[in-house]
Amino acid sequence: MAIAKPYADIPGTIIFDADMARIGFHINQFALSLMKAENRERFKADERSYLDEWAMTEDQKQAVLDRDYNKMMSLGGNVYFLAKIFSTDGLSFQVAAASMTGMSQQEYAQMMLDGGRSPDGNRYLHEQKGKI
Amino acid sequence: MAKITAGVTTSHVPAIGAALDNGKSNEEYWKPVFAGYDFSKKWIAEQKPDVVILVYNDHASAFSLDLVPTFALGCGEKYKPADEGWGPRPVPDVFCHQELASHIAQSVITDDFDLTIVNTMDVDHGLTVPLSLMFGQPEAWPCKVIPLAVNVVLFPPPSGQRCYDLGKALRKAVESFDEDLNVQIWGTGGMSHQLQGPRAGLINQEFDNNFLDKFIDDAESLAKIPHLDYVREAGSEGIELVMWLIMRGALNEKVIEKHRFYHVPASNTAVGHLILENK
Repeated sequence: MAIAKPYADIPGTIIFDADMARIGFHINQFALSLMKAENRERFKADERSYLDEWAMTEDQKQAVLDRDYNKMMSLGGNVYFLAKIFSTDGLSFQVAAASMTGMSQQEYAQMMLDGGRSPDGNRYLHEQKGKI
Repeated sequence: MAKITAGVTTSHVPAIGAALDNGKSNEEYWKPVFAGYDFSKKWIAEQKPDVVILVYNDHASAFSLDLVPTFALGCGEKYKPADEGWGPRPVPDVFCHQELASHIAQSVITDDFDLTIVNTMDVDHGLTVPLSLMFGQPEAWPCKVIPLAVNVVLFPPPSGQRCYDLGKALRKAVESFDEDLNVQIWGTGGMSHQLQGPRAGLINQEFDNNFLDKFIDDAESLAKIPHLDYVREAGSEGIELVMWLIMRGALNEKVIEKHRFYHVPASNTAVGHLILENK
């Protein structure tokens, strides 16, 4: 029997469970390799060649090259692993998070200053028609 | 006899560490965050703990997908700050109280909590930011630290109840250690935040403040909150709050609230901070 995943009806959220960890094993291990300064240098010098050293799918590689974090997460990436990519780019968590929301960095920062995104209307997929 | 005298909870937002390390703590944005810890720095200078059991989560720094332990107790001699992609934080190494750590491992595993023992790892912002918030920027940390890393990255993390019960087992372990030691337990992470996807930026002040209220004298009910509620109400990373329950379980049923602080935002996160002393 399949294990219930009641979190699947939370909008705009991908839960990094064991299935996602399986799908994303290589992209996450690639991202983690960027914790070493010499690997960051090699990646920055030639991103494509560096990515080709990893057993990632073409879609995963392209999502990294595009810095499309939502896509990377839909393909098994986890945000704490992927953080090593935007840290390598010299970007903060807030800049990276903003890029996932479709808001500009400034709009996102202002939303946080105003108290953050309200949970109201953001708890269930059925509340989201035409929104996120 | 060793004794747990007090507990601290605090968020461990990486941007707080970066603000401190880059001399930005006096900027308007950060001032109110650090001001929330002014009392705490004075308090801990008076308390002078010998050892802090520091409950935190690793953020894919020490633990890759090679190995994901649910509960990992640091028993090694020392731990260095991790390079999380922008170089290691310029903070001191963390030295462990190895005798107490080994004693805790033996006691807690005997009590049915199957801990993983870690002797070699680097520690990331999850552990070092709380130390910075409480102790500032010393040359060396003024106490020994026993790291207790909890998996909250790969779903599912341990349940709130399991965490709360582990806290109780930790307390029993500490109180059966012969050396006279002033031990504190810190639970870190939270409060509401979501760092991923189109719903990033979620903050739930009502959830957080209710959690802070109940944490003092009704933690039993908080221990029953299912994972789904944390994720839905407090954001996908809000689930870090289960780690606070380890701290609460390790304290007495009755505690005195010495300090409470709540602030939105620090980067993407609601900052919550409590100091509780055993009655």
